[in-house]
Amino acid sequence: MSAQPTKSRLISLSDRGPVARSYRRFLRRASVTMFATITLSVFLLPLLFMVNTSLQHPDQRTVAGAPVYPAVAATGTYQGTTYPIYEVPMPDGSTRELLLIDAQRESSTFVDPNDPSAAPIEWQGRWRTLSQKWSFSLDVDNFTGVWQQLNFPRLLFNTAAVAVLSTIAAVVSACLVAYGFARFHFPGKNIMFIILLATIILPFQVTLIPTYIIFTRLGWNGTWLPLIVPHLFGNAFNVFLLRQYFMSIPRDLDEAAMIDGASPFRILRSVILPMSVPAVVAVTLFHFFFAWNDFFVPLLYLSGKPELQTLPIAIQQFNALYVSQPTLIQAAALMTMAVPVVVFFLGQRAFMRTVVTTGVEK
Amino acid sequence: MAQSSESSQISGTPIGKGRWHMNKSRREAFWGMVFVSPWVTGLLLFAAGPLIASFILSLTDFNLVKPEAVRFIGIDNYVHMASDPLVATGLLVTLKFALISVPVTMCASLGAALLVNSNNLFGRNIFRTLFYMPIQIPVVASTLVWMGFLNPETGWLNQIIAFFGFRGPDWINSVTWIYPALTLFGLWGIGNFMLISLAGLQSVPTSLYEAARIDGAGPWKMFRNITIPLMSPILLYNLVICLITTFQYFTQAYVLTNGRGDPDNATLFINLDLFHEAFRDNRMGYASAIGWLLFVIVLILTVIVLGFARNRVYYAGGES
Repeated sequence: MSAQPTKSRLISLSDRGPVARSYRRFLRRASVTMFATITLSVFLLPLLFMVNTSLQHPDQRTVAGAPVYPAVAATGTYQGTTYPIYEVPMPDGSTRELLLIDAQRESSTFVDPNDPSAAPIEWQGRWRTLSQKWSFSLDVDNFTGVWQQLNFPRLLFNTAAVAVLSTIAAVVSACLVAYGFARFHFPGKNIMFIILLATIILPFQVTLIPTYIIFTRLGWNGTWLPLIVPHLFGNAFNVFLLRQYFMSIPRDLDEAAMIDGASPFRILRSVILPMSVPAVVAVTLFHFFFAWNDFFVPLLYLSGKPELQTLPIAIQQFNALYVSQPTLIQAAALMTMAVPVVVFFLGQRAFMRTVVTTGVEK
Repeated sequence: MAQSSESSQISGTPIGKGRWHMNKSRREAFWGMVFVSPWVTGLLLFAAGPLIASFILSLTDFNLVKPEAVRFIGIDNYVHMASDPLVATGLLVTLKFALISVPVTMCASLGAALLVNSNNLFGRNIFRTLFYMPIQIPVVASTLVWMGFLNPETGWLNQIIAFFGFRGPDWINSVTWIYPALTLFGLWGIGNFMLISLAGLQSVPTSLYEAARIDGAGPWKMFRNITIPLMSPILLYNLVICLITTFQYFTQAYVLTNGRGDPDNATLFINLDLFHEAFRDNRMGYASAIGWLLFVIVLILTVIVLGFARNRVYYAGGES
């Protein structure tokens, strides 16, 4: 430790005792935290862009010299007429904010908005070189615009209904199947579990067309059924996660319940599930997000049914229509992500912990 | 209330009373199969059945408008595929994107996991949550946000680049910059990989690091010789999943240009091509063949990755 006594002040300090050591640890923590904060800010910068853009008036994007933040051109009235405000450099070197009441090519006339009774100021120079004054202003018209043009309440209801129904189907079935794999011995169980894991790599494209043909023949095209029914049978990811969690629960508990005469369903409901709340919450949220965000399947089955569509499909079509209006598009994006993001922040505790502790087979 | 009604149901069932004359292990097998039966049904209805059906369809010229006119055409679809420029484009586009996106995604997720696992980070849980969060944003919405962010005139990225005195590219409309752009979009999807890596990092016994530190190993040496080998099964799992999802890339490409594949077919991912064949041009037999091609590619890739990893992945449990 003391081999390099005076290499630098910091190291020589550190050799002397706990105060310097804790100082060095603080420096290390501060720099790592600083680095993480900068990385995170860059990572999430597009979100700020979205919020910022969605609150701007559409015209602001087309004006050169407009500020980055949501703003409107500042104006003032003079003798009953509204004029824009410019920042005008005066001959004495100061800059004054003045109303432009008469714009000419080489010289213009300005009025002080705070003192309209004073004589108008003749200013020599090109007014186009002046910078306009902007004032901070949030514009919520983009949101009301999206809300009305998209029949947003209907879309929100559709998306929520599909997400909730398919989540119930997915969670109930995954619990049953995971319980079967976690607690019972039956012939072929191991091979079945391997097949279950193998289905994770099965690309959906290869089963897509027969499934589509069957659903169409059943008359399910244009209904919510293709979005819900396939989730009644236990998804491999969910089953795997729940099985891992169930297996970590001591068997003594269900054996005790079995001796008391409880049926397997009863044991699942009264012993296993109450002890697996974090895992069940995690699977519920996983599936809820999946269902809320799903694009491909609703695109296939609901494209022609505006009254049954879910948000992602409608937003995509909206984007195709209004691609030249970024303020509307960013407002629509914000409205689409609002529900899943809020749900995520409400549920993130159980969610993150379960994924970190049980998401991986060791 | 619900409790009592259920217990009366339970007492009515013969199970547990031994009335079915099943011994314990047969009863257990029975219940096990009852519980996994939904999954078995689903496997038959939505995986195995359609898998076989799509292979059979791929040998026909099936079309949903005139299903009765279906003809068996043998391997014609596969022969045609070999010379179909759109399929070649689709595969090439997917491959190009995978070559950039997969390594970047893997490194970014491992880097993020290392960062939010660091003992030196204040507020680790907040950072974990926020790095994870964007994966919950609907892909359609995140694509719109990134498209706006990368817009050459009004987007912030090029304004930031211009601030440093450079001229940013027209990301979305350039056949070369579109892949880095889509890779950037994809960074918002690292959440699950990051969490899985994080779980892996936390499962490395700290005693190993302590032993290495006593032996005088620096941070890089410890990362290279302890962290990476012990995490290799997890990194491998992430890699396989990442490859598979890349081959299923669709939504971003569809939203980007309303499914056209612009610019100049640079976003005509193989999945988009399949979608066009099946649902725009109604060539379902041919689309099934493309689906099978994808299936085989994913299978081969998985086998290659697993085979490559056989000697390089360390399993603490000793299984191969």
